[in-house]
Amino acid sequence: MTKAILALEDGVWFEGEGFGADGETFGEVVFNTGMTGYQEILTDPSYKGQMVCMTYPHIGNCGINAADAESSKPWVEGFIIKELSPVASNYRSEMSLDLYLQQHNILGIQGIDTRKLVKHLRTVGVKKAVISTRELDPKKLVKKAKNSPGIVGVDLVKKVTCSKPYLFEEVMPGEFAWGDQVKKKYKVVAVDSGIKRNILRKLNQHGFNVQVVPANVTADEILAYQPDGLFLSNGPGDPAAVKYLVETVRKLLGKLPMFGICLGHQMIGQALGGKTSKLKFGHHGNNQPVMDLKTRKIEITSQNHNFVVAINSLPKDEVEMTHLNLNDKTLEGFRHKKHPVFCVQYHPENAPGPHDSDYLFSRFYEMIEKR
Amino acid sequence: MPKRTDIKTILLIGSGPIIIGQACEFDYSGVQAVKALKEEGYKVVLINSNPATIMTDPELADATYLEPLTVEFLEKVIIKEKPDAVLPTMGGQTGLNLAVEAYEAGVFKKHGVEMIGAKYEAIKKAENREEFKRAMQKIGLDLPRSDFAYSLEEAEKIAEKIGYPVIVRASFTLGGSGSGICHHIEELRATARTGLDYSRVHEILIEESIVGWKEYELEVMRDIHDNFVVICSIENLDPMGVHTGDSITVAPAQTLTDREYQRMRDAARKVMSEIGIETGGSNVQFAVDPKTGRRVIIEMNPRVSRSSALASKATGFPIAKFAAKLAVGLTLDEIPNDITQYTPASFEPSIDYCVVKIPRFAFEKFEGVDDRLTTQMKSVGEVMSIGRTFKEAFQKGLRSLETKRFGFGGDGKDKIFDQALKTREEYLQFIKTIPNDKELREKIMAYAKVPREDRIFYLKYAYWAGYTTEEIYKKTGVDPWFLEQLKQISDLERELLAAQEKPKQQEALMRKAKQYGFSDRQLAFYWSVQEKEVRKKRKGLGIKPVYKLVDTCAAEFKAYTPYFYSTYEDEDEANPGKKKKVMILGGGPNRIGQGIEFDYCCVHAAQALKKMGYETLMVNSNPETVSTDYDTSDKLFFEPLTLEDVLNIYESEKPLGVILQLGGQTPLNLAKSLQAHGVRILGTSVDAIDRAEDRDRFKKLLQKIGLRQPANGIATSLEEACEIAKAIGYPVVIRPSYVLGGRAMEIVYDQTSLKKYMKHAVEANDDQPVLIDKFLEDATEVDVDLISDGKTAVIGSVMEHIEEAGIHSGDSASVIPPFSLDQAIVQEIMTKTQAIAKELRVVGLMNTQYAVQKGHVFCLEVNPRASRTVPFVSKTIGVPLAKLAAQLMVGKTLKELKFTQEIVPKHVAVKESVFPFVKFPGVDIILSPEMKSTGEVMGIDKDFGRAFYKSQDAAMSRIPRKGTIFISVKGTDKPKIAEIAREFHKLKYKIVSTQGTAQVLKEAGVPAEEVLRIAEGSPNISHMIKEKKIDLIINTPSGKGPMLDEGKIRSLAVSFNIPCITTLNAARAAVCGLQAVKDDDLEVKSIHDYHGVKGKGSMHAR
Repeated sequence: MTKAILALEDGVWFEGEGFGADGETFGEVVFNTGMTGYQEILTDPSYKGQMVCMTYPHIGNCGINAADAESSKPWVEGFIIKELSPVASNYRSEMSLDLYLQQHNILGIQGIDTRKLVKHLRTVGVKKAVISTRELDPKKLVKKAKNSPGIVGVDLVKKVTCSKPYLFEEVMPGEFAWGDQVKKKYKVVAVDSGIKRNILRKLNQHGFNVQVVPANVTADEILAYQPDGLFLSNGPGDPAAVKYLVETVRKLLGKLPMFGICLGHQMIGQALGGKTSKLKFGHHGNNQPVMDLKTRKIEITSQNHNFVVAINSLPKDEVEMTHLNLNDKTLEGFRHKKHPVFCVQYHPENAPGPHDSDYLFSRFYEMIEKR
Repeated sequence: MPKRTDIKTILLIGSGPIIIGQACEFDYSGVQAVKALKEEGYKVVLINSNPATIMTDPELADATYLEPLTVEFLEKVIIKEKPDAVLPTMGGQTGLNLAVEAYEAGVFKKHGVEMIGAKYEAIKKAENREEFKRAMQKIGLDLPRSDFAYSLEEAEKIAEKIGYPVIVRASFTLGGSGSGICHHIEELRATARTGLDYSRVHEILIEESIVGWKEYELEVMRDIHDNFVVICSIENLDPMGVHTGDSITVAPAQTLTDREYQRMRDAARKVMSEIGIETGGSNVQFAVDPKTGRRVIIEMNPRVSRSSALASKATGFPIAKFAAKLAVGLTLDEIPNDITQYTPASFEPSIDYCVVKIPRFAFEKFEGVDDRLTTQMKSVGEVMSIGRTFKEAFQKGLRSLETKRFGFGGDGKDKIFDQALKTREEYLQFIKTIPNDKELREKIMAYAKVPREDRIFYLKYAYWAGYTTEEIYKKTGVDPWFLEQLKQISDLERELLAAQEKPKQQEALMRKAKQYGFSDRQLAFYWSVQEKEVRKKRKGLGIKPVYKLVDTCAAEFKAYTPYFYSTYEDEDEANPGKKKKVMILGGGPNRIGQGIEFDYCCVHAAQALKKMGYETLMVNSNPETVSTDYDTSDKLFFEPLTLEDVLNIYESEKPLGVILQLGGQTPLNLAKSLQAHGVRILGTSVDAIDRAEDRDRFKKLLQKIGLRQPANGIATSLEEACEIAKAIGYPVVIRPSYVLGGRAMEIVYDQTSLKKYMKHAVEANDDQPVLIDKFLEDATEVDVDLISDGKTAVIGSVMEHIEEAGIHSGDSASVIPPFSLDQAIVQEIMTKTQAIAKELRVVGLMNTQYAVQKGHVFCLEVNPRASRTVPFVSKTIGVPLAKLAAQLMVGKTLKELKFTQEIVPKHVAVKESVFPFVKFPGVDIILSPEMKSTGEVMGIDKDFGRAFYKSQDAAMSRIPRKGTIFISVKGTDKPKIAEIAREFHKLKYKIVSTQGTAQVLKEAGVPAEEVLRIAEGSPNISHMIKEKKIDLIINTPSGKGPMLDEGKIRSLAVSFNIPCITTLNAARAAVCGLQAVKDDDLEVKSIHDYHGVKGKGSMHAR
């Protein structure tokens, strides 16, 4: 057993047991309330720069399998849990969580009062933190956490985006596919700011040929593909630090139908002149209720974001709010009144999370079709 | 969407008596539904035959009918109350079935009543297996291969096609009656026959066996706007093959990846839409092949259920309450989440702990019963426990069970086959030798393979025996994830055992041990010290539990509802306040002898004390109850009721005292030890409790009062027992000391039977003597409930039993007021009871039992606590005794509460017991000193005959008004049977008898047709029963056992649902009943009308 310490910049610290890799790691601590989907969470590039604390105590029960990865590797800076499973029990399991994290040099800490940590973060907001198996003096670690760079104002997108454009053709594996395969009709350029594979699979399924491009793509480069639409992906960190992509989006407004998810939503928001701000502790989980203001129907959504677009900062005459978070009444989606542009703050591709919001991909398709 | 304004009055159907498969969870859901509907301004009318329910308290509904749950009475209530709608989804399968029957009889249409919550078509689609199968196939869901059979021949053909083993499932039955696994044609024939018979539609499903697959359940809700949420996922530790009610289950699901889980969620959503459950809660069950992930749907229940109650308690999300609101048209986003107050109910709870449910069985009560667990539910109750990990919750659950276990073994109670491991040394020795004992190793594994009540312990023994997780998994099908958790407990146990007399190691292991859920008692066993020493040491190390909140949201939002569980971690959220507090100890799991009645009393105490301004702390471990609704008390602690767990809460909260006389024997057993730890016991003193329970002191008490007791003695050996019995004179009642519910109690008539009893039933020694009492033959038994403030004692009611003394009071029918006793005797009983109460300075409730033989009154027992009959008495006299008792315990006087005079009701009330025999095929149904009933109903009317008749109807053993009666009685009853038979003859009954009884009847001039006994050849009485030519049976037993002719007859009566009367007294009562209802129709009257009270807070004038 390796002793490990998690120390927060505000002086709060926890002693636990290390798993995965040894060493020291920094990041902003967030908590995720999903009871399933730890593998998807680990491999979601949006968690770059962050350490994730899972609120459900038993983690690793199903092990790790290649098919459920949302990207090529795990991105979290550290993984904080109550208890690591002694066994990986699932017919699809290929490896234990412990080994997986070791292989990817990610530190895990278990055996801490995760509920206490969550309540603390809920009260004081997200905090910079360090996990270490090397330095075990909490005071020194607190200082280290304080001096770590943090993610506000940092462009983390460039760390997770793909290096060159590629075509994505993978579809959902049969046993887990839901919804019908729509005949491929349109071409969409998907800007990869840290895109999750399931978004790409879903675009494929909903009738799109998907051209993935790096986040530093220019408007002209996008137009050169002669796409029918533009998709803007999720991604990590402070949306205000990704000015180049905001600029690209601004140039394409009105020229291409657009659909954005999460960071993509924030890009569109900023391109329209909106401001983003940081939530106290963000939304990370699979159970956030969102109302589609058009149908008044509620969908249970998968979410992972710390920043939001302030609805008041958007131009009222151009933008209409379409989705609302019923928990804290924050903006979850809007559309442009004139241009074929809409976006949501949450993850309709789920993975992990409920499949309630699949219709948004169809809306994108219909939007292009109508044009 | 706003709530509906086109309906004003809603009729709610309760679930009737507690039976296996249907317990107090429907009181919990019913109470929530009534409150929710009233909150929305509707007038609520309730029908339920079970008096021991909170839902039937007059404060709840606007008009409450304690009437039988039959179409006849339902229609009468409808005619009287003219409801606009009926909500049938809160009363379990009973409620649903009744609604279906009423619908099919055209009752709802005739009176313009709309079914809300679930429409008739939806219920049919969900409940009728063929329709269900078709519906599932339509939406592309996989099912086990199956087909329907309507005859034995068909069943055999289908089974052949599918291939054995197959599962038989009967349509429209309770708790899986008439269902089971069949490995070959003989088993199939037996099961199919029962199944066809039990099915209301004579339909059974023969299905591909998926035994050994993983089993899951989703608790879901849907509103009129097609919003859908999953409240809770549940995974069963016991794989497919064991009824989910008999399985150890865990929330949330543990071994599903998100992809697998979300596909299951999609499937559940589709099921809800296809079945057409527009509003409310349902559960959907799935099985998953652990090797391939193939998922099949098992069934769905279009109503709230035992699982939904569990899910509500497990997550803090009140499914029934919200389901009621959805039924009147509200949508999930319009309902606020109680716990967070500002977030809406349209979300899916996330939990940051692990919940384990463990069923409680009562096989020891039923001689000759098959104790293997199958697809037919056999458990009588359950516990739920919460911990931050499975290991912690699991061990807490085991010690909540009230089976004298204190965790996953290591408590001195381990028993491997016949070998008891009572000491640490025996334990160590066994662990050491077992890996080398080939024969025993294999025996252990073979036993572990078959699901039984104690199988779980054998999984651990299998590890001891050296088997690997893989090997155990292959044999048992228990998922490796669970097995590894059990192994972790077992591994730590070894470390703990090795730490004996090594204080440093003990200290080092203490916290981890507590986090793994080990009790102080187990640690004491491992270290050969007293429990209190462990406690002291532990506290010295600063290792104390903290209390965490159940908040539906994994701490994402601030929670306002104080619902706690203990764990060993850093942060304590209990935040004890300074207010005057009273702690109330609940009754733990339902079992035979201790059920809903005690929960009713505890809830009343919480209500009364809350009203007085006290902060109430409820402690209980039973998820089915109203007491564990977080709305009931100010703070709810979902915890085991052991000394350690109760003391921990006491020390954290520092209440002014503890009420333990309302939760039945469970908390009462803690009285002495709690007091020894400085806990203040409210109400009757611990010393007084001891005077009533200690045999010698009790004897002296009765002598002081001047009360007779049946002659008695105590024996610690066979020889002694024979001597005593001889001295007292046979027959004697014999039983082990300190038992509940007449456990292993028997009447023996001679020395041979005594010897047999001593040899098989008990193990008498100095620590566990047996008690021998003179059995009073042909005596009338009387129960008295009394309330006292220490000075004044007022009789609640004197109840006369219909069955004679010798039959457990919990199993007898009893009547208020006494119907045959002399007034002078009743007076004497009342005076003496008051004298006992005064002598014991009882503060609160007391129950006393008497036998009256030839004008002499004998005192049988005094229970200085609330009894099983308190709710029945309270509903009969219109005084909430438990509420008053709680107030007395904090210092009020009866005078202040204005209850100083006994109330003699102008009506008659009969309490009748309900038995689980239908679940235990082959078990003889005769009544004895050993309690066997699971629940009770009440019949109330203007006279004895009517009230009795209703009580039988309510107990689901309706006495037909005419038909053919089969009479066969034992020798000693023969002289008395003629007068009874004559009355049946006058009532136009046709009488059929076997030779002996027929002879007696003919001689007395009562016409009787003779029929052969089973042993006498064919055709015989069994054919008449099977051909449904018999409508009523009177059969008094001369012996017991399924092998006897008479035993077979009684068993057939159960199988073919023919009312069977087993005592002459009950037969006489049946005559009274029939005479009373002969010419006129029975009427219904609300409990409010009986007592001249109005439903409180009624929004619409009645």
